[in-house]
Amino acid sequence: MAFYSTNEFRSGLKIMLENHPCEIVENEFVKPGKGQAFNRVKFRNLITGRTWERTMKSGESLEAADVFDKKMQYLYNDGESWCFMDEESFEQVFASAAVVADCAKWLKEEESCVVTLWNGEPISVLPPQQVILKVTETDPGLRGDTATGGTKPATVETGAVLKVPLFIEQGDLLKINARTGEYISRAKE
Amino acid sequence: MEVETPLAYPTPATDPHLDCFQLVGPADERCFSYLQSSPEFAMKRLLAAGSGPIYQICKAFRYGEAGRFHHQEFSMLEWYRPGFSYHRLMDEVAALVQLVLPMRLDFRRISYRELFLQHLAIDPFTASDQALDAILQERGIELQIKNRALDRDSALDLLLSQSILPMEAEATGLFLFDFPASQASLAHIRVGECPVAERFELYVGGLELANGFHELVDAQEQRRRFEADNLKRDATGKQRQPIDWNLLAALSQGLPDCSGVALGLDRLLMIAAGAKHISEVLNFPD
Repeated sequence: MAFYSTNEFRSGLKIMLENHPCEIVENEFVKPGKGQAFNRVKFRNLITGRTWERTMKSGESLEAADVFDKKMQYLYNDGESWCFMDEESFEQVFASAAVVADCAKWLKEEESCVVTLWNGEPISVLPPQQVILKVTETDPGLRGDTATGGTKPATVETGAVLKVPLFIEQGDLLKINARTGEYISRAKE
Repeated sequence: MEVETPLAYPTPATDPHLDCFQLVGPADERCFSYLQSSPEFAMKRLLAAGSGPIYQICKAFRYGEAGRFHHQEFSMLEWYRPGFSYHRLMDEVAALVQLVLPMRLDFRRISYRELFLQHLAIDPFTASDQALDAILQERGIELQIKNRALDRDSALDLLLSQSILPMEAEATGLFLFDFPASQASLAHIRVGECPVAERFELYVGGLELANGFHELVDAQEQRRRFEADNLKRDATGKQRQPIDWNLLAALSQGLPDCSGVALGLDRLLMIAAGAKHISEVLNFPD
């Protein structure tokens, strides 16, 4: 793969650092008047999500990472692998439970997601901002019951549970923020 | 007296960490002409010719230096005072900077050694290379360098710029003086038990603003330093640079005992204007 030198570094560039694919977040050129130049670089590890900071000699380079985002359709899961399909090529990739993480809770068949691929393998999945899911189970809310702060738990069709307002009933369609797992509003049919 | 010296100079800098732009003709002919990285050599030649105290405001060019506080083409204010000690020149720099800046600065003066002792509890002149490496790690400066080879001066530079200076509050003017002899550049080295370079830097709010010397006047020593520079350039795969024989000739004729200082005008303006990036004070940044 290609190499990028520090003077080509910019936010968003995908490079390999300690065998992890990372994204450059910040790049600061540091040079005292009479000494050698350095770059203080902040990286976001695309697998762990953590931030790494490194000081490099200016002019040195890092290997580019074969990482890019693809819009893919969620098809199904078997509890161990989550299958996503490229809507144009019909190519399928399988993401582990660890990679799908929390967003597995909100994924409905044929939902469109952004899958980050490294060397063709999924390393993270970004669900759509909003999903619409049907409430499969919830207790009828008693009017005037504000003891719980006006919310109650509800189970949706994917099996996930979230807090909803008391007026929500079984069978209602909910608009949910799939990235935070929060109730947004009721959805029209 | 205000003077003007050529922007296109026949020799480039030999400094192992500087790269000069070289001029080329219309058919890519390489000219023996370089955009100056500093007016120092030309101004010293004027001093040797009897100019007396001189100053210049001019552009300087350093290839590849770009960032929040760096621009390849930048503005320098440089002046020389025959008969001044570098401490007396620091007084003058402080007065000028305070005159220009709207905020009242809290100035203080400290030696390189004392600053490191105070902040990091190590003596930069005697601490072992391993001790320096350990402190770099301790201070969270993680290095990503091929062969993990970091020379001593670079380690000190990183500690100074990344660990010590960021602690400086905004309206402060810190004069750091008596640098390690290995970082003398063109300053006179005071010999003794522990040789120090009679060099100073001014940092305002932690930002490097000016660099000054009690100037080296010995032609032989200057020539040795140029040659040492070229050896370092060789060692790091950079091209050796032609030596400025005119400067050496001027030093042989006699450069009066003097102190000089170079101040970054764009950075001074950044401080005055509260700018966060040098491009904010340039009309047409790169």
